[in-house]
Amino acid sequence: MTKSIVFRFIRVITLLIGLSILTFSLIHLSPMDPVNAYIGGDSSASPEQIEKFKAYWGVNKSPVEQYFTWAGALLQGNFGTSLLYRSPVLDIIQSRFLTSLALMGVAWVLSGVIGYLLGTVAAMNRGKTIDKIIKWYSYTLVSTPIFWMGLILLIVFAVWLKWFPVGLAVPAGVLESDVRFIDRIHHFVLPVLTLSILGGSNIAMHTREKMIDILNTEFIVFAKARGESSWQIFKNHGVRNSIHPAISLQFAYFGELFGGSMLAEQVFAYPGLGSTLTTAGLNGDLPLMVGIILISSLFVFTGNLIADLLNKIVDPRVKGAM
Amino acid sequence: MSNVQTKPLLQVDHLSIGFSQYVKGTQKRIIHPIADMHVEINEGEIVAVVGASGSGKSLLAHAVLGILPSNAIFSGKMLYRGEELTPARMEKLRGREISFIPQSVNYLDPLMRVGRQVQIGLDPRTARAQQEKLFLQYGLQKNDGRLFPFELSGGMLRRVLFATSVREGVRLVIADEPTPGIHPQALSEILRQLKQFAEDGAGVMLITHDIISALEIADRVAVIKDGATVEISEASAFEGNGERLKTEYTQRLWRALPQNDFDLEFKREAVR
Ligand SMILES: Nc1ncnc2c1ncn2[C@@H]1O[C@H](COP(=O)(O)OP(=O)(O)O)[C@@H](O)[C@H]1O
Ligand SMILES: [Mg+2]
Repeated sequence: MTKSIVFRFIRVITLLIGLSILTFSLIHLSPMDPVNAYIGGDSSASPEQIEKFKAYWGVNKSPVEQYFTWAGALLQGNFGTSLLYRSPVLDIIQSRFLTSLALMGVAWVLSGVIGYLLGTVAAMNRGKTIDKIIKWYSYTLVSTPIFWMGLILLIVFAVWLKWFPVGLAVPAGVLESDVRFIDRIHHFVLPVLTLSILGGSNIAMHTREKMIDILNTEFIVFAKARGESSWQIFKNHGVRNSIHPAISLQFAYFGELFGGSMLAEQVFAYPGLGSTLTTAGLNGDLPLMVGIILISSLFVFTGNLIADLLNKIVDPRVKGAM
Repeated sequence: MSNVQTKPLLQVDHLSIGFSQYVKGTQKRIIHPIADMHVEINEGEIVAVVGASGSGKSLLAHAVLGILPSNAIFSGKMLYRGEELTPARMEKLRGREISFIPQSVNYLDPLMRVGRQVQIGLDPRTARAQQEKLFLQYGLQKNDGRLFPFELSGGMLRRVLFATSVREGVRLVIADEPTPGIHPQALSEILRQLKQFAEDGAGVMLITHDIISALEIADRVAVIKDGATVEISEASAFEGNGERLKTEYTQRLWRALPQNDFDLEFKREAVR
């Protein structure tokens, strides 16, 4: 048990190291020179600032040395300074992250609940109309691009019906301290809906398949033979046998949701990590870009790690075998 | 026992079961593993159903319980206590009047503690006590109830399956090969329990490979071959050289048993 946990941790760490090497190489190869991008047309940077910046990137050393200087700084939590915002990368990530986290967290829970319920209902009524509707819903939506879904919702609910605002996380031109909670919710609904509708369809599809597999097993046939009703079969055996795969699916889905929310933020001009990443990329703000990529990866890896571990810990058969 | 005045509990006539299958993805065809099956079980009677593996014994049991797979098509007549056994009636009866002991230990939920599985369908107030009593009766420890199926041996799981079938008000017990892999002492306990069911007035369908054990308790024996009933005879006809058996097939089956004359040629066929 401990062995497998340690093994998984090592895997996450190697993945992060690999990713940092990859990112570094890309930066090194890219025509974008961080120092030039930093100085840019901006003459306000003082010579000391430029020196500090050069030292951070180790400009005058060999690429390998540069990597180690840079990686060492990262390890100490020094992600550098954003060129665009002129403040520490970690501070920016922190504030954007919270905005994104609210969006992703709510969408994550909603997707899971909606998906599990729809998938279960479909599987238990396999071949009936309700199953066909849910199947149609999931198969159609699962292949729908997220920005397309976002735009449709925007057009219908924001432009035509005017129920919700067109974008941003808070009303434009209002002081941060004057923003009411209800305004935040109001701006929150459409992006969350976009993510949950698509995420729910994904999870519903997987849950349906898993549940059909379970319902075809011999122990379900026996439960029927013992006079258990559909509801009892679901309660006694369906939940028990589907909950582990559902939970690990839910955590494994985190990565996809993360990517999805980056796109959704773009569509709704929602100032979270995703839109910040795009801005950073478009403006050559390398430190911020690298910071967001690494932190996001850590987050996604953690999701997968939790999925793996839960799978191990919760299933008594696996627990017994270890 | 068979000469006691009894009335038919279960009558199965001209039962035929087919499966629609897709060959090479698109072509549909129907296979008929069961063509013409007859069985009759009276109250208080034990009928052994014997036949080679794949002859359709389990399908017969599943048909009576209404738990055939959804792609199965069946025709024929099934009467329970004189009335047609419709899907709706099966649903009401199974687990209550009709109890089933399945063929394999895979019929237990792998993620539910075995004690809890035996408690399903029992009165919640007394379920636990009843389950513990049943465990004791079948030589299982009280603590075994806390275990998951993967933690028990095959023989113990068989006894758990058996314990699930013991219910008040049961009139028909269908046991699908309940004995393989069980040690002799537990075997005789299970045979004794099946006999007890019959003495309490229930009908018992004992599906088995093991004719010799079945004959210890059975009143009649139905012989199945390739999805059809070949012969139904009194258990007492299975003695000596089998002269009182009606068909040549059954006589050869009887003589091929290790205890009797060796009929090696037939044995090779039957074992296959
Ligand atoms: N779901 C199914 N689809 C197609 N054929 C089946 C199915 N279930 C059983 N059969 C076939 O029916 C025959 C009888 O099976 P079964 O009743 O399990 O035999 P037995 O219990 O006597 O060993 C076998 O040849 C088997 O292949
Ligand atoms: Mg069988």
